[in-house]
Parts: sequence; structure tokens; C-alpha cells
Amino acid sequence: MADLVVPSLSVRDARIAFDGYLVADCLSFEAPAGRTTCLLGRSGVGKTSLLRHLAGLLPGTTRAAPLAYMAQQDRLLPWLGVLDNVLLGYRLRGDEAARRAAEPHARALLTEVGLGDRLNALPRTLSGGMRQRVALARTLCENRPVILMDEPFAQLDAVTRLDLQDLAVRLLAGRTAVLVTHDPLEALRVGHEVRVLYGSPFTVGPAIVPPGPMPRDPADPALLALQARLIHDLRGTA
Amino acid sequence: MRPLITALGLLAAWELLVRLTGVPTYILPPPSRIASVLVDRFDLLLEQALWTGAEMILGFALGLTLGAALAIVFAASAGWRRWALPLVIVSQAIPVIAVAPLLVLWLGYGMASKVAMAALVIFFPVVSSLYDGLRRTDEGWLELARTMDAPPRAILLQIKLPAALPAFASGARIAAAVAPIGAVIGEWVGASAGLGYLMTQQLARGQTPLAFAALFVLCLLGLGLYTATDRLLRRLVPWQSFQGD
Repeated sequence: MADLVVPSLSVRDARIAFDGYLVADCLSFEAPAGRTTCLLGRSGVGKTSLLRHLAGLLPGTTRAAPLAYMAQQDRLLPWLGVLDNVLLGYRLRGDEAARRAAEPHARALLTEVGLGDRLNALPRTLSGGMRQRVALARTLCENRPVILMDEPFAQLDAVTRLDLQDLAVRLLAGRTAVLVTHDPLEALRVGHEVRVLYGSPFTVGPAIVPPGPMPRDPADPALLALQARLIHDLRGTA
Repeated sequence: MRPLITALGLLAAWELLVRLTGVPTYILPPPSRIASVLVDRFDLLLEQALWTGAEMILGFALGLTLGAALAIVFAASAGWRRWALPLVIVSQAIPVIAVAPLLVLWLGYGMASKVAMAALVIFFPVVSSLYDGLRRTDEGWLELARTMDAPPRAILLQIKLPAALPAFASGARIAAAVAPIGAVIGEWVGASAGLGYLMTQQLARGQTPLAFAALFVLCLLGLGLYTATDRLLRRLVPWQSFQGD
């Protein structure tokens, strides 16, 4: 990570609206540099909108730094095999030397997400969970200082999810990451801090900082107590 | 197997109809007569079929190449889109068949005018299907490519173009089915060789069985071009699954 300048991400007095529908107004938010921030909220509150705002994907927004963006959909290209999908960024940028240099990393990532034996498989032969793991490997393979992920583990079974949360914690270390989720326990396991989004138009709650290093033990009583509080908060914001 | 039985049944009905009604052979020859002409005049038919087949394949290749190139240019350049796209659409109002005599006038009685005719007939389906496919790229893929800092050229060639291949394949299949029509119409208007030329010539001389034999060979040619194209396209677009196979 020494070669990357890791910036913080911030939003000042932003306004997000679609077709006359106001999603957020006078929105201020900061994701601290080199840390993982989890955005938690009920579905439809505007988590994805905030993430897209940060990514510069909404009209009138620009991104602050080179980033990797993982959408809810896996967005795998159906005509490319698994390994080529993971290396898509390098292929598109046309830097053959960089692509060759990144290939061992891509193979290692695919092994870590449990797809090391499916390097040439076409996406349509994979299950939804497998496709999401390829998308995760593609996002991490980009090696960007900022990583934005929208429900990256939603399609996975419970055990694979824990494994990949561990993997993400290891590979996101030192980067500025924003991870959207609607699972309080997931947010508490992998985030340096957790921010709850509530209301319409939404506001971002204060940073909740769970104790201890990540990935945190999901059976830790302190974590479970925090989870109960988060669920209570989320319920109160219906 | 089943379509073959249907075809044989239809042929038998045709044979029976001709024998029972006593229609003269120069109006409607029975299939048995056409079959014997096919055997007797095999050399002549083969020679003409090679000629027409060459016209079809060359016209198909030319129309496909020019059409695909123009579609890509339209997708890549807003300037071309604005200055030339409406013209291409309006040009469809010209009945292509009516242009055939002009092509013969300009390019002569030889193969060139038929190749041009076949290319002209398939040009529009090819341009419109590929251009349409190039415009309908999944927004999510384009967004992904932008966050990856992909240059526009790479987005066109590595994302939009492969994504448009299924649409292009539909256009190419139509083209394969239509290209023979272009070649034969070219021959009807003015030619000195080919199956279409043979047909008009033999009909004028009352040699209807030979004209039917030429028509039969023409059907085989068209079927061959379509099947070969279809096979090739399936290999080119392996990620697309077909229903009803």
C-alpha cells in the first residue's frame, strides 16, 4: 500500500434527488482515510445513492480519487471467463505489462474466494454466489486506494459470508473503504466505524465505533449488545 | 426426420395431382420428371450453381463487412450519426429491386452487378441490427468500465461490440436468407450465367422441368448459406443460450 495515496472521502452540503424525489439534502458525511466505514440502513433509505454519489456516478458528481466500485449486480461480462473478468480493468486500460503483472494476484484472489479451479468458466455456468465472489475478486484486484462496495456479500451462504468478510477485512486494510449493508452484524464485524442512515430525506447518524480489531467475533457479547442497539435504532426509523 | 417425411408426403401429393389432372409438363412438371432432369443435366446445373453461389457468398461478405463497418462508425462518432444516419434510413425507401437495372447498366452483365445487388439488399438489416445492438449496452457494464478508467475505444471494442454480437447475429441470419434473392434478381435483369439466368431462359423456351430443377438447386444454395452462417454465429456467440434447440 506504500505506493498509494489514500485519501478520505467527504461530502459537504450535498443534495441528491431523482425525478423530483428528494433522497437527501444538506448532506454532510466523511469516510476517514485508510479505514472501513459501513453504511447501514433499511432498504430504500438511500445507501446506494450515497455510494454512487461518492463514486461520482450520479449526474453532477465527480469522484475524488481512483476507486473500485462493486455494484449490487455482479456485472460480469458473459463472454469472458472468470479470470478475464477479474482482470477486466487491466484489459480495458490496455496496459499489457500491468495485466501480466496483476495476473498472479488475480489467480491468488480467485483461489481465496474458492474459485481457483474455475478460472476459464463462463459466468453463466456459475451460481449467483459464485458470480458475486468473482465480482469481489475483480473489485479487489483493481488495487485502488478507495473501494466502494454495495452489499458485496448479499448472495452468499452464511459460512462463505463469514469467510469472505475475513478476506475483505484483510484486503481492505490501509484503504479507504465504504461498504453498504443492511445486516447490522456484518457492519459491526468488518467496519472501523458504522454509520446508520435514517429518515426521508435521509441523514447520516453519528459514527459508532465497535471495540476491538476486525474481523470481530460475531459471538462477542459486546458486539451482540451493539447489534441489539442498532436493530432498535433501525426499527425506530421506519 | 419428421420434416423429411412431411416433404416426401408433399412431393407424393404433387406427383399424384399432376398424373390425375394431366396438367401439361410445361405448366407443372411432376417431381419425378424434375428429378430425372436434375440427374441428366447435373453438369450444367452444377456449373450455374457455382456461379450463383459465388455471387451470393461474395455479396453476403461484402454487405456484411460494409454494414458492420458503418454501424461501428455510427456508434463511435456523433458526427457521422448526425450527417449520415438519416440518409441511410431514408435510403431504405428506395425499392432496392428497382435499382437492379441500373446496377447492370453500370457494372455490366457479369458477376459484379449481382454481387452489388446482394450486398445492397442485406446492407440495411446488417447496419440496423448491429447499430441497434451497439446502442443497447447494459448501463451497468458501461458504468463499471468508466470506474475502471477505460478509454472510449476500449469500451466500444471490448464491451459494446461483444455485447452487440447477438443482435448482429440476428441481422446476419436475415442477411443470409435474403442475399440469394439479391443475386437472383440481378440475374433476372441481365446476366449471361447463373441459376436465375438459366431459369428465365428455360421458361421462355418451355423447358419448365429444367427451370424447376434450377429452382431446386437455388433452394439448396440458400439453405446451405443460411445453415453455414447459423453454425458460424453460434460458435461466435457461445455465451448466448438458445431456447428450443
